[in-house]
Amino acid sequence: MVGVEDLVHFRYYVSSKTINKLIQVHDRIFCCIAGSLADAQAVTKAAKFQISFHSIQMESPPLVKAAASVLKELCYNNKEELQAGFITAGWDRKKGPQVYTVALGGMLLSQPFTIGGSGSTYIYGYADAKYKPDMSKEECLQFATNALALAMGRDNVSGGVAHLVVITEEGVEHIVIPGDKLPKFHDE
Amino acid sequence: HVGSKLDDGVGYDLSASTFSPDGRVFQVEYAMKAVENSSTAIGIRCKDGVVFGVEKLILSKLYEQGSNKRIFNVDRHVGMAVAGLLADARSLSEVAREEASNFRSNYGHNIPLKYLSERVAMYVHAYTLYSAVRPFGCSFILGSYDQDDGPQLYMVDPSGISFGYWGCAIGKAKQAAKTEIEKLQMKDMTCRELVKEVAKIIYIVHDEVKDKAFELELSWVGEVTNGKHELVPKDIRVEAEKYAKVCTTTTSLLHGISVTWVQNNSTFKVFFPHFMVTN
Repeated sequence: MVGVEDLVHFRYYVSSKTINKLIQVHDRIFCCIAGSLADAQAVTKAAKFQISFHSIQMESPPLVKAAASVLKELCYNNKEELQAGFITAGWDRKKGPQVYTVALGGMLLSQPFTIGGSGSTYIYGYADAKYKPDMSKEECLQFATNALALAMGRDNVSGGVAHLVVITEEGVEHIVIPGDKLPKFHDE
Repeated sequence: HVGSKLDDGVGYDLSASTFSPDGRVFQVEYAMKAVENSSTAIGIRCKDGVVFGVEKLILSKLYEQGSNKRIFNVDRHVGMAVAGLLADARSLSEVAREEASNFRSNYGHNIPLKYLSERVAMYVHAYTLYSAVRPFGCSFILGSYDQDDGPQLYMVDPSGISFGYWGCAIGKAKQAAKTEIEKLQMKDMTCRELVKEVAKIIYIVHDEVKDKAFELELSWVGEVTNGKHELVPKDIRVEAEKYAKVCTTTTSLLHGISVTWVQNNSTFKVFFPHFMVTN
């Protein structure tokens, strides 16, 4: 399951509150983007092409690890010019659901769960405390929604609407939670 | 064949960029002849791995033992057995290694064998298109083992085609070897059982009269090696060769026996002619 908010800013000016930070790079593989969105969009565009070509050559859907590796190669080989981080998550037949982080310089790491972006700094405690392995879909949704809401509440450059995507073998489900429907915590 | 240099000199066989009137590319066929002049190599896929066997002819007693290997490692999980011009095969093994390495670099996991064999086959095919180069004079068998896809076996020939197999043979005795391979129930065998059978087949197809000394190269990749392609350990190889030698002498024994029996009041007597058994 992946979740993002949709605010982008240019210094103190909020340039958009409806930007898409969840890029679908293949049928069952999504990428959350963070950092310079221009860089991230350019990289995911190139990655989407490469992954699509690779999938056609292999005559089978790509592995999530392969998709994450493609992004990593782009980030690592162009690290001087780029400033973008990604979370690649999805489902494949070999290993099932997986989550990979591709950090700024091009580090690739496989994790059971991960958080990223400027707002993530405020919710490390929450995520570490509340995450448990083998959660159900509903528990996972609650965890992600709460995490996003808390981050958006404290980070001045995160906000807007929460977008969640649930990826399974069967398909992909989009869930949108507008700002006023997000869970409220005692500080608000 | 009509049109070749042997016939009337007006050759359609002078370059790989020329078709003959009956639609053949002679240069590619001549390349396949080069493979047929080489000694035999076989690869067999069983339920938990792949085993390679190569009949490596020793042309001189002065050669160091184990030199000029005909089985290569392409990646940790992929092995390659070759027949034909060894120098051509070596250069192709480098091509295969680079492909596997680039794949791992780009996509983070082991290259699937089907894809690797297609890529190398494409490379081999490219050399059958131009008059400036000659086709590769070697065929090779690629084998791998992967946790999820299981054992895989592919063969590439000088024309640039690759096929997947359960068992295949290349080189001078490929027909005889194929016959022996077809007798096996390889889908139900394990690598350990198959190693002995592969050794036996190489010993059977080896021509004692025309080619004297040979070295048996055996390698395997499968569950037994944890997915790593490596030469069969010395003790297992020695055991396999012993089994092979016993089987081949037994076969020649059976060919030598002619049984005569005499019926005498419902008793049978069997007579064996005398013969010498030499190893």
